[in-house]
Amino acid sequence: MGSGILTATIFVPLLGAAFVMIQRDERAVWNSAFIFSLVPLALSFYLFAAFNPHSADYQFVEQYQWIPQFGISYHLGVDGISLLLVLLTTILITLSLLYSGGGDISERPREFCFFMLVLETGLLGTLLSIDVFLFYVFWEVMLIPMYFLIGIWGHGRKVYAAIKFVLFTMVGSLLMLAAIIYLVLQAQHHFGRLSFDLPLLYQVPLTQTQGEWLFAAFALAFAIKVPIFPLHTWLPDAHTEAPTAGSVILAGVMLKMGTYGFLRFAIPLFPAVALEAVPVFLALAIVGIIYGALVAMVQPDLKRLVAYSSVSHLGFVILGIFALDPAGVEGAIYQMLNHGISTGALFLLVGMLYMRRHTREISEFGGLWKSVPIYAGVFMVVMLSSVGLPGLNGFVGEFLILLGTYLHSWLAAVFAVTGVILGALYLLWTYERVMFGPITHAVNETIADLSGREIAVMVPLIALMLFMGLYPKPLIDRMAPSVEKMLVPIRVAELQRDQQHHSSALARLFDLDNQSSLSRGLLRGRAGEGVPEASSGVREVLNDRVLDERAGERLAIQKMAAK
Amino acid sequence: MKPLSLASINFAWLPILPLIIVAVAAMVVLLAGVGVEDEESEGLGWLTLASLGVAFIFALGLVGGTGVAFAGEIAVDGFSAFFQLLILVAAAFVVLMSLDYAGENRLSGAEYYSLILFSTLGMMLMATAGDLIVIFLGLETMSIAVYALAGMRRRDPRSNEAAIKYFLLGAFSTGFLLYGIALIYGATGTVKLAPIHAALSASMAGNPLLLLGLGMLLIGFGFKVAAVPFHTWTPDVYEGAPTPVTAFMATGVKIGAFAGFVRVFMVNLGPISTHWHAALWVLAAITMTAGNLIALVQTNIKRMLAYSAIAHAGYLLVGMTAAAAYAGSAIMYYLIGYAFTNLGAFAVVIAVERRGAAAGDSISDYRGLARRSPALAAAMAIFLLSLTGVPPLAGFVGKFYIFSAALRSGYVGLVVIAVLNSVTSAYYYFSVIVAIYMQEGGLGHPTLSTRPALAAAIGLAVLATILIGIYPEPYVSAASSAFNSALGAGFMHMTAMLH
Repeated sequence: MGSGILTATIFVPLLGAAFVMIQRDERAVWNSAFIFSLVPLALSFYLFAAFNPHSADYQFVEQYQWIPQFGISYHLGVDGISLLLVLLTTILITLSLLYSGGGDISERPREFCFFMLVLETGLLGTLLSIDVFLFYVFWEVMLIPMYFLIGIWGHGRKVYAAIKFVLFTMVGSLLMLAAIIYLVLQAQHHFGRLSFDLPLLYQVPLTQTQGEWLFAAFALAFAIKVPIFPLHTWLPDAHTEAPTAGSVILAGVMLKMGTYGFLRFAIPLFPAVALEAVPVFLALAIVGIIYGALVAMVQPDLKRLVAYSSVSHLGFVILGIFALDPAGVEGAIYQMLNHGISTGALFLLVGMLYMRRHTREISEFGGLWKSVPIYAGVFMVVMLSSVGLPGLNGFVGEFLILLGTYLHSWLAAVFAVTGVILGALYLLWTYERVMFGPITHAVNETIADLSGREIAVMVPLIALMLFMGLYPKPLIDRMAPSVEKMLVPIRVAELQRDQQHHSSALARLFDLDNQSSLSRGLLRGRAGEGVPEASSGVREVLNDRVLDERAGERLAIQKMAAK
Repeated sequence: MKPLSLASINFAWLPILPLIIVAVAAMVVLLAGVGVEDEESEGLGWLTLASLGVAFIFALGLVGGTGVAFAGEIAVDGFSAFFQLLILVAAAFVVLMSLDYAGENRLSGAEYYSLILFSTLGMMLMATAGDLIVIFLGLETMSIAVYALAGMRRRDPRSNEAAIKYFLLGAFSTGFLLYGIALIYGATGTVKLAPIHAALSASMAGNPLLLLGLGMLLIGFGFKVAAVPFHTWTPDVYEGAPTPVTAFMATGVKIGAFAGFVRVFMVNLGPISTHWHAALWVLAAITMTAGNLIALVQTNIKRMLAYSAIAHAGYLLVGMTAAAAYAGSAIMYYLIGYAFTNLGAFAVVIAVERRGAAAGDSISDYRGLARRSPALAAAMAIFLLSLTGVPPLAGFVGKFYIFSAALRSGYVGLVVIAVLNSVTSAYYYFSVIVAIYMQEGGLGHPTLSTRPALAAAIGLAVLATILIGIYPEPYVSAASSAFNSALGAGFMHMTAMLH
């Protein structure tokens, strides 16, 4: 079943990678890589257009048996959460290839294009997999090309940065693999068959302890990738030493795989634990936002500055996700796109400057406004988008996140707002030091302004910033049903938690014989599960309430879909 | 038990036909090699390859068979067929990489190829044995041939050292194995595997004689599969032996030893797994951890691969600890992927080595390989990634299968140790990739175009590593039906004995 369009989107780049390797001429290498990256771009635009914005389900689904002995299938699909990230990936890969062909990468271009296209396959596969095993395969596959991109075409301590990147990611992902297997075995225990299919795994009942450990393993893998403070130490090294295109993809897309993982796996698989973990993640997100901003402020190196600003921005995304309400999560997804576009653009601009001057020290610049006005103008727009100026994309995301967070915890929102202010501060200050004032280094008077190719790279990004800032509706519309659906288990878990408080209060009140065991059981398990000692009456009431709630939510979603 | 009479023995020749072919071929090669110059041994190599191919075809015929032959000395089941096929393929790869190597290093061809065939015979016998004594025979046939192979580079003192060390420690370990067999005989009154299996089901399990015998067997097999702390011979022997022989030790010997190990412990001693799984748990944990940690600091690629082989033995022991049918098939699947990946890696080591000299096996010699020889570099990268366990390569699916089996049996702690070990291993495997792709310098290498056989071996290994990973379904089926067939045979005998 399925049209094969998702398979084509994922594997055309791989085909391109093979094709690139047999090209002899350097120009032909760049051209063919670019053309091959246009195919998934066009396909993802088609997906965007043909996507049914009223459905919360996976669309364009394809499913084939792969390793039937383990219940593993080749199962692809796209929903409102992954759709826009797919689009972001294909756009940024194409633009990165366009940019890199302009002289940024002069060594071994064939291998460079090969790894970029393999990376695209890995990224798109990660986003489009519904089978957890398949997801894990792509998740690891995207690691290897990035390792080569940093290690071969990077600067400075590139090997150190590349190895650090790999080891950090691997610790998380291998523990996640163990957790995936454990979860699947639980599913087998419960449903009587092995299956790595995500929708089935969502329904696996777990004890509190199991849920906590499994959530920890998943969350660690994703937290390293995001990265959430204090697991961020690989990021500044990897970003700073990577080639420009590598940084663009790393910041623009790869970090989103971590936040995407939270949305797709960690939270919906273990909603009760996720709910408990909210305070931890809100706190870490706020620390990340403020810490990232403060450290960015004092960086003497432009690229490192942008890298630390990513820590701050991703903190916002985590904040929005763990607000666990529609506005916050939609804002988080929006902010993921914003960050991809704005930070991608910033890395490109820093790369362009580096190509001209072979330095990224802020103190080496000043007064560039006079010598390279187009560059300065573009930089201004990108920087303002990153700051979150109303009318540009950054504002929409930050606003939704703050709205969502405020509903959940006003304190967190207040702290986060200081992060916005700090963000404006360090970006504007940087802009001032680089662009304004007198030209302090004579060499800066003669550097060339943006070339035609560079303008061609930046124009689509700026267009997107304006479009997303002024007319977010088509994007929000497409993600809303999926986000609502994703949050259903959270609502259920919330209800259960409240009922547990309620019931244990009740139990204390009426001083039941088995009071202690009852409340212990209730506190430990989900409703009905793990409370064999509890009186059956209480359990039934709990179950009924939960089922009612579930049916209500389903009805709401169906209604929404019918609309 | 009744004393054996010749008439009651079932002389079924067909099940041992592959063994006979290999044995005859070994002698033919030895005779045909009289008078052949050391530099011109390639013809003998092709002869060896052809005979391995014939044996492979006959071994294919054994798939799906059940029962025993020679009064239970030989087990005719999918398990022996599976391992015979795998061992024959590994041997064929080793011959393929030796074709140029033997001539260039002036190894005496007749002895070299016939010893390879003899040790192949020993491995196959271990996989086919239905009796502890036959396992011992197989082990000795294999080991003695490999001792001699390790010392084939007579003019190289490292090779001499390897042979002596391997021989002394190997002989010592065989003593343990034999003593274990004797103790088990004392406890159960038989050395045949099926009756032992049957005896265990009675109230035999706590017998101290049996447990002591079990421990001795564990040590004996531990030496052969290079489990820590019985691994000390491995790095020196791997480094000193001629590289194709090292490849054979890392794959063929290990597969043969695991065939015996798995059959004895997981199939026939399975009923008393509660008495040995704790020991294997510890053995697995220290084997992977020590192997990986020591591998981190190696500068010689053959030593690094030796410690990596120890670490992989550790992962396989994780599977054995799980002690169940699904774990048995996981081990067998793992061995397929492991064999091709390691054979390929050693083939690249041969390609990079300087002809006729010991130089070229330092990791720093791999610097800049990607520029000089992109295909070779890409192949090595694929093998190293597969050894690390990166999807979608064979090594990943193997690890996934083993970890699943261990989790299914409830060994969460052991899997976490294994997972952290995999991360450690990434560091040293990736260091070689760093040298190949991200550093400059190193040795000039002869091009592959002049060594088509070696190139073919590498190419086939790359294909296998990728295909077995992307499409594991048939191999998983093969492994699981092979293991179940051994289990089935065991059960059949048990019931036969009880009636």
